[in-house]
Amino acid sequence: MNSFKVQYTIDGEDFSVAGEASRKLKKVLQSLGVDPQIIRKATVAMYEGEINMVIHADGGVIDAEITPEKIHLFLRDKGPGIPDIALAMTEGFSTASDNVRELGFGAGMGLPNMEKYTDYMNIITEIGVGTTIEMIVNTSLS
Amino acid sequence: MDKIIHSVTLDTDKCKGCTNCIKMCPTQAIRVRKNKAKIIKELCIDCGECIRVCPYHAKKAVTDSFDMINNYKYKIALPAPAFYGQFDKATKIESILHALIKAGFDDVFEVAYAAQLITKRTKELIASGELETPIINSACPAVVNLISTKYPSLLNNVIPLISPMNLAAIMARKIAEEKTPYKGGEIGIFFITPCAAKATCTKYPLGLPESVIDGAFSFKDMYLKVVPHLNDKECEQDLSKAGFKGVCWANCGGEVVSLELDNYIAVDGIHNVIHVLEEIENDKLSDVEYVEALACTGGCVGGPLAVENNFVAQTRVKKMAKTARGNGEAPEFDMDLVWQTPIKIRKQRNLDDDMFVAMEKLAKIDEIYDRLPKLDCGSCGSPSCRALAEDIVRGYSKESDCIIKFKEKIALFANEMLDGSDNVE
Repeated sequence: MNSFKVQYTIDGEDFSVAGEASRKLKKVLQSLGVDPQIIRKATVAMYEGEINMVIHADGGVIDAEITPEKIHLFLRDKGPGIPDIALAMTEGFSTASDNVRELGFGAGMGLPNMEKYTDYMNIITEIGVGTTIEMIVNTSLS
Repeated sequence: MDKIIHSVTLDTDKCKGCTNCIKMCPTQAIRVRKNKAKIIKELCIDCGECIRVCPYHAKKAVTDSFDMINNYKYKIALPAPAFYGQFDKATKIESILHALIKAGFDDVFEVAYAAQLITKRTKELIASGELETPIINSACPAVVNLISTKYPSLLNNVIPLISPMNLAAIMARKIAEEKTPYKGGEIGIFFITPCAAKATCTKYPLGLPESVIDGAFSFKDMYLKVVPHLNDKECEQDLSKAGFKGVCWANCGGEVVSLELDNYIAVDGIHNVIHVLEEIENDKLSDVEYVEALACTGGCVGGPLAVENNFVAQTRVKKMAKTARGNGEAPEFDMDLVWQTPIKIRKQRNLDDDMFVAMEKLAKIDEIYDRLPKLDCGSCGSPSCRALAEDIVRGYSKESDCIIKFKEKIALFANEMLDGSDNVE
């Protein structure tokens, strides 16, 4: 076995279960013996992505592939797409509804945090079609 | 690997092999094997949830025997502030301290008094901005154990100061050596503990290279020794030094009250603490300055070795804190309170040191888990179906340990036999 692959389906209906997939990924990484600081980076990045999928895109699918060198995450949704990626990457910018903000989400830190905690991030988005975000967290501490 | 020492142990004669403890353990550190509970040392954080939940009182906290005080010429009791809330007959801290003297000690030193200095140094540390936020308190050793076991990425958020209990011991010894003719091994210092985790810390203190306390007696054991001597009316006001800021440490939220913080969370109960630590790990509480996290409901008054109902004790301690004799100012004591030895991350329980082998084992766990009934009944002796799948792959269990699977097998077998007998006719 050269890598470990796992897929999580993100339910867009239920806010209360958002975060479950990143919790599961954390357990996977712990049992594989990944360094705790690296686990934290990967799970925070995935958690933010997961929350975004629930808030904006009615859920989606996350594929994770883990090798001894890196954690590779693909987040795919069929949501509205991101009209202006540069703007969306600005800390504090958010298009979340008031309802969502009342729940303590939508502070506009999702995408900036995802970039902050990963070593590579690439966003492919098309209006009305959906968004795919690829993230890589290197597992070596250097 | 470092030795991991615990106070929580099992009385195998009393253990019936039921599944109450395995279901309640917050770190899934208990299994039932061959009809007896077994604690996995690497995972046990000494929180004492199993002591609380065991219907047969088979789970115990190892504390010392009171007789050991006779080995010392000068005996000092260190009561935890939560001890003050245990007695319905006592409304004054002073009468409890005097009763301790009558029970056999030569002197008392209040842990609450030492806590006032910890409060002061904690304030200085917060102001220095050196710690990662939210800052997490280190007064509850079960929470520190939980962090080093399950949330090691948060160790940099933990306040690196020795506990009020250990500071009290160091101060009490110094004062005794100055005011009495006794030295070193002639002086015995004994902590009166609400919990297993602190009992362990008397022997293996967090952040100190060696123990500074000679013995630990539980609230339960000391209760009966103190009660006959309680007398609110006729006791002199000469022993108590602690003030409101120190005594309120007994309850959850007390530490932040004494720190005079606004932007904080005070969380009690180990399962609630876990939720908050998860939130911190997910970077959801970065706008919170301070987290007071205590393993027991209500704080130390809710310790597994306490006697009184913790809600009753909370109210009582609150009242006593208000009338405490001291002014609550930090005592003068010249000592660096920062941890001399860092808290080590406990070895994480990975499936294998070789990641490729670990991957194969993980795939195998998923495969076995798919076949299990997912009822999480615990009858196999593992706390959940997922845990059983993991135990099987680790080589500690068999798939046939699952009672539901076993029943299915028997039914299948019985049907085959019936079919067979039909053919014979």
